[in-house]
Amino acid sequence: MVKDQEYLIKKASYCLDLAKKYGATNSSIIVNNSISETVNFRNQKLDESNRSDNLGVNITTYINKKKSSISSSNLLDDNLETLIEKCVETTKNTPDDEFNSLPDNNLLVKEVKNLDLYDDTNFENDQKIDYLKNLEAAAANDDKIINTESGFTQNKSNFILANSEGFCKGYKRSSFTASSVTVAKNEESMERDYEYSSKCHIKDLKDAEELGKLAASQTLRKLNPKKIESEKIAIIFDKRIAKGILSTFANAISSSSISRGTSFLKDKINQKIFSSSINILDKPDILKGLGSRSFDSEGVKTETLKLVENGILKEYLLDTYNGKKLKLKSNGRCGGTTNLYFENGNINYKDLLDLNSKSLYITETIGHGSNIVTGDYSVGATGFLVENGEFKHPINEITIAGNFKDMFNNLNLANDLEFEYSTNSPTLMIEGMIVAGK
Amino acid sequence: MSNFFEKSDLTRKQAESIISDTLRKCDDGELYLENTKSETILLDDNKIKNSNYNSDLGFGFRAISDEIVAYSHSNEISKNSLKQSSENLKSTLKSANGTYNYSIPKSNKKYYDNINPIEQKTLNSKLEILNKVNEYLRSKDDNVKQVTANFLGEQKSIEIIRSGGETLTDARPLTRFNVSVMLEKNGRKETGIYGVGGRESYDTYLKEDNWKKVCDEALRIASVNLESKPAPAGEMKVVLGPGWPAILIHEAVGHGLEGDFNRKKTSAFHNLMGQKVASEGVTIVDDGTLNKRRGSLSIDDEGTPTEKTVLIENGILKNFMQDRLNARLMKTKSTGSGRRENYRHIVLPRMRNTMMLSGKQTQDEMIKSVDKGIFAVSFGGGQVDITSGKFVFNCTEAYEIINGKIGYPIKGATLIGDGPSILKEVSMVGNDMMLDPGIGTCGKAGQGVPVGVAQPSILIDKMTVGGTKL
Repeated sequence: MVKDQEYLIKKASYCLDLAKKYGATNSSIIVNNSISETVNFRNQKLDESNRSDNLGVNITTYINKKKSSISSSNLLDDNLETLIEKCVETTKNTPDDEFNSLPDNNLLVKEVKNLDLYDDTNFENDQKIDYLKNLEAAAANDDKIINTESGFTQNKSNFILANSEGFCKGYKRSSFTASSVTVAKNEESMERDYEYSSKCHIKDLKDAEELGKLAASQTLRKLNPKKIESEKIAIIFDKRIAKGILSTFANAISSSSISRGTSFLKDKINQKIFSSSINILDKPDILKGLGSRSFDSEGVKTETLKLVENGILKEYLLDTYNGKKLKLKSNGRCGGTTNLYFENGNINYKDLLDLNSKSLYITETIGHGSNIVTGDYSVGATGFLVENGEFKHPINEITIAGNFKDMFNNLNLANDLEFEYSTNSPTLMIEGMIVAGK
Repeated sequence: MSNFFEKSDLTRKQAESIISDTLRKCDDGELYLENTKSETILLDDNKIKNSNYNSDLGFGFRAISDEIVAYSHSNEISKNSLKQSSENLKSTLKSANGTYNYSIPKSNKKYYDNINPIEQKTLNSKLEILNKVNEYLRSKDDNVKQVTANFLGEQKSIEIIRSGGETLTDARPLTRFNVSVMLEKNGRKETGIYGVGGRESYDTYLKEDNWKKVCDEALRIASVNLESKPAPAGEMKVVLGPGWPAILIHEAVGHGLEGDFNRKKTSAFHNLMGQKVASEGVTIVDDGTLNKRRGSLSIDDEGTPTEKTVLIENGILKNFMQDRLNARLMKTKSTGSGRRENYRHIVLPRMRNTMMLSGKQTQDEMIKSVDKGIFAVSFGGGQVDITSGKFVFNCTEAYEIINGKIGYPIKGATLIGDGPSILKEVSMVGNDMMLDPGIGTCGKAGQGVPVGVAQPSILIDKMTVGGTKL
């Protein structure tokens, strides 16, 4: 069982008291505990079991405008005392920074809404094994599938965030995650692909057989890939990677990138950066949402933000420190976005495929090719050639490249948005990107 | 060395008896204890932005029966906690009926000193250098708009207790110093990043000549990039500079030669042992024994002494990298490559310092031989799909080559290639092998471990360059 609120609060107040005793003028603390249990299968047999019990504490101490922090997984009282003494000592020796402070009290969350993020079900290892047996039987059904590796993880966690001004709140979360990676082989090639499902509540998890079938079919269709010529072409991003474009956008509008001047979207507030049909929202209060939270990692209340409205950038993602630097109030995004998504476009998936006589449908990218300083983008990719709305053949060993400024302007969305992850996008298409192949 | 039982209600004797009882019918397994102290001191935007100290303590208890691994970890080193873990392992391995392998090779060799780099230098001496770095770079070039610099230091103490009570220990220092600088000129922004590191104290980096060299290099890369033009797109010849570009070797062939993927036959290399997988003259080793290097280990995370493992010799595939589990199942020996990020993770076969050895040609000869291609000097990260063999890496400093001469710098682009065939495209191997500066972290199955790479200049006859200029 994860530690209860009472234990976490006791540890938190013990630490806050010590910080004060050693001379901190302010302090904040997060105490958390998470327990996860995983069972992994390989080729329809048990391969691994893993139980993970993690305790942790993060303490930040302030002496007026000086700040430093410590973290530890050793929650024994005398260890915590040694660390806090060291932390306050370090704080004394750190230079002033005028923007260091706890968040404004009037921005803190007053009441934590119940967002239904915790499912008390204990899905026993034997139940996980049954689920994985069904999943792998479905995944291994085709002779060309030569290897299957699947896993089921149950995670339960609890935390308390507290500060020396009296803030003290936290709550439990749960997640249940099933995944499967399959390898298919024929004379010509060997390919790998995957499928997974992650939910707060066990009853919302994808059916085992359905997940296994998807993991297999997505791999089988990649066999016998071809390399294509280098050319300028429209790229369609499958939903599972389209969300990556949103994550890069979120990085580029984080207040730290903006205040440091290291983002290609600096000074673009209230300017048009997407085509005018595009809206981007960050909604923290979706029931059972994977990214839902009532307050951020400083305790600031989170509310829905319309980040992009009709193509115009409306908000940055602000925390207290960088907010002060930019002379703006925190909007509760210390630690990043919550449930971030593109609103649906107005064309269906089939029609999106049909928009161009020839396009590339990308299902996976590899490499770290997003540069948020310049907006340059270049990554390795695998996917399919689409001609007249039909999937022709798989493609690999190519790269796709462009610059986000142009890519954002040339972006089209389908109307097939689903909330599968914490960041979600409908299938999206970007015209005029460069493919490097032969 | 840490005494893990000092403040616990669990005695070493009790722990040993729980371990031996739990592993009685297992083929292998151990209790792994770890105590890590680490610090980050960060200067950014003209200020000391962050000073963080971390103390991490925990154990991981592993039992293996045939192919099945049961693992349980916790932060609480106590009688209750270890018993709970023991129950978890036993319940997974109810039907275990193996014979415990007590043997583990021994070595007294140490490839780094038992020091705690964090305590060796005062906070103030580190803060002072970071401030000097900031002033130095900003005074050197008016176009400098942002400077980020940091020190990372850690000491990780580990203890491995095997069934029967055999105990192995190690204490590993690790430090790193990084500088990132952003220039802005005529509305255009570019970044340059450089860093150094190793299993040693901060001393080397704190010397004025040395930290200035790191700053100069970051500034030089950023300045080159300010003048860069769009990179070409398509297949062409690629000359790689020596040192850090060896992440090509790491991604293209290194991962594919790890034991687990080959036992499972999911690596593109699994059926190529003893066969020619590279041009003649290509020899690649993975070496855990280099003094004070970032990827070096005296013993691996299962207690096996590390070694220099020959992976490819003169083009022929010779060995895979093995941990104990995969070695047993493939009927061979561990190469001391069993590693884990920390006690929260299971052991996997991993790289240490992966190196392509020197050949005979010069970099000059390579460049002169190219009509149209690129010369890649510095890289960001890379990634590989083990199964299809396709790998990528991102250039952070590269130039066009036209008619045997180095031309203008090109914008960051991804290069993509095919692991099993790329080494056959290597047509020249330079005489200038160089180690990387000590900055690599390799990711696999969600675990990051410090690694090193090295190579001479090489000429690759055909690779796809992911630029935007058709």
